[in-house]
Amino acid sequence: MENNFTVPTMAEITAKGEQIDILFWVGCAGSFDDRAKKVTKALAKILHHVGLKFAVLGKEESCTGDPAKRAGNELLFQVQAMQNISTLNAYNIKKIVTACPHCFNTLKNEYPNLGGSYEVQHHTALLQDLIAAGKVRLKDGGTFQGKRITFHDPCYLGRGNDVYDAPRSLIEQLDVEFVEMNQSKKNGLCCGAGGAQMFKEAEKGNTEVNHLRAEQAISTQASVVATGCPFCKTMLTDGMKHHNKENIQVLDIAELVAQAADFK
Amino acid sequence: MMVLFLPQILFTACLLLAVFLFAHKASKILRNIKLGTPIARNDNKLRRIKMLVLVALGQSKMVKRPLAGFLHILVYLGFVLINIEMLEIVLDGILGTHRVFAPILGNAYFYLIGIFEVLALLVLLACVVFFMRRNLAHIKRLSMKEIAGFPKNDANFILIAEIALMLAFLVMNATDGIINGEKFWVSQYMQGMFASLSLDSLHLVERFCWWFHILGVLAFLNYLPYSKHLHIMLAFPATYFANLEPKGKFDNLASITREVKIMLDPSADPYAATPSEEIVHFGAKDVTELNQKNLLDAYSCTECGRCTAMCPANQTGKLLSPRKIMMATRDRLEEVGKNIDQNNGVNIADGKSLVGDYITNEELWACTSCNACTEACPINLDPLSIIMQARQHLAMEASQVPSAWLSMFNNIENNGSPWAFSPEDRIKWQQEDGK
Repeated sequence: MENNFTVPTMAEITAKGEQIDILFWVGCAGSFDDRAKKVTKALAKILHHVGLKFAVLGKEESCTGDPAKRAGNELLFQVQAMQNISTLNAYNIKKIVTACPHCFNTLKNEYPNLGGSYEVQHHTALLQDLIAAGKVRLKDGGTFQGKRITFHDPCYLGRGNDVYDAPRSLIEQLDVEFVEMNQSKKNGLCCGAGGAQMFKEAEKGNTEVNHLRAEQAISTQASVVATGCPFCKTMLTDGMKHHNKENIQVLDIAELVAQAADFK
Repeated sequence: MMVLFLPQILFTACLLLAVFLFAHKASKILRNIKLGTPIARNDNKLRRIKMLVLVALGQSKMVKRPLAGFLHILVYLGFVLINIEMLEIVLDGILGTHRVFAPILGNAYFYLIGIFEVLALLVLLACVVFFMRRNLAHIKRLSMKEIAGFPKNDANFILIAEIALMLAFLVMNATDGIINGEKFWVSQYMQGMFASLSLDSLHLVERFCWWFHILGVLAFLNYLPYSKHLHIMLAFPATYFANLEPKGKFDNLASITREVKIMLDPSADPYAATPSEEIVHFGAKDVTELNQKNLLDAYSCTECGRCTAMCPANQTGKLLSPRKIMMATRDRLEEVGKNIDQNNGVNIADGKSLVGDYITNEELWACTSCNACTEACPINLDPLSIIMQARQHLAMEASQVPSAWLSMFNNIENNGSPWAFSPEDRIKWQQEDGK
């Protein structure tokens, strides 16, 4: 998917003296991870087509500090947080959307107490609003019609922030056969990446968390596993590879909506 | 004359002794909990009361596992309601009366005892099922190595004690019924077993059961502080003081905020914000560095293991078990408490600590911070909070982190990303073709 438009940075917006509706917080995974970059592009495409005035921070964006905090390095977390807050406040940012539940959780819950209060939305919630407002229309016939789709709850979206319905209602709009895994919503099994596990080898055990979760997804006989987190996407994709089930696609909700949307 | 009042004197003495001993031990537990750092959980009183009513009184999270939840509600309801009968037993014991409420309540008394008997029977049956389930059904969380020894014996002892107490209550009513020509709802079916006894023997059995029941209850009261069964009391404050924030939100350490502000603002006065001469710890190495809610949680945990059963690390064979974190915290806190008792109120360093001696780094590093444990806990305990504070100690004070995390820290510090990419490349996702 190639976008034929360019997303401006806040520096460019400010230089032109313009205002934005919403800041797109891309996140480190969304910026650097090949699989997550596709999600970034998909979300940018949707935001562009609905006519939202949005921008990114570009090189001024820095890690929210989430993995440092969860690994126990509170000092590094707060240094990151305060630097980001001073950037965000300097641009007078009011609304933020992000496709990463870890960034979402940190920006929404852990920044206010350090001086950064913003209206933060996970992209699934924003997409739900856009569809409800009729701004995103889905193609006739349904791109995914008849497909069996399951949803993996990212911990920091679901249990962490009680967002369970937005991604599910989006999937239901796609006219697919939605199926829940045995462990879902509040009981959803982690993908294994949270708590900074993404950045080290797992401790010794008898299997990997992502292998177990992929197994649960496979047993639903879904052909698409949807999720809303770049780390979950990586872990589950690897899990599918482990079980030789690469025919099962692991896709972000934004990718599904961008493919199914009728952008003329 | 003395002989006439002997049972009353004996009873009152037992009652006072039991209450005194319990109060003494309870004050020790309260002191131990207060060894933790203070935590502000007095906001939102209405929401907190609602949580207490829903989760502790209403057991809304117990029924997530329907069979165990249903049986637990039976035992709990029975326990609470039969305690109304305890009031009569205590009054009879002190006043030397027999069924003091009977003349006051008239006909209603018969039905009340009938209801208590039905409840006693249900409690008894539920405890039998619980006992078989715990010992014969091979449920993983109830047979794991971490609860071998005292924790498992503790659980079985409680079940057997409850069965014995309920039996004593029913036999007491059965024999008393024969003596006085009453047929209570449940115990009437047990009267056949005692029909051949003489009147004296019936009185003896009835009195034995009466004393067994009341002394059993008083002994049970004093066993609670040593047992996982303490949750029948502490579940209420534990849910009241539970975290009301979104589970994903972790506290920001205020001591760190001060440091960071000084670091980032050269004009800040480094001495202005230093609150006291107290030593500031980053994270928790030992129980005294945890907060008071963590310590209350440790005493409230009933070791059901629902947290561990839902933990992704534990499900995949890693060492981490949230239940074991709670048990380790309580064990270490009890040890610190004993240390204080033996040293005239001073906690003399014993060279041990929670992290290191009771909980290993490997356990702590296995956590994905997914909150499955806090969601699974029927009384909203928070093992994750303890794990995270221990991790803070490892990362910021002990400098013990996996080397991959050190690289991640370095990358964030130098590149603003956990991976070693240049900030300049953050915008590149726009240009590359599909990659």
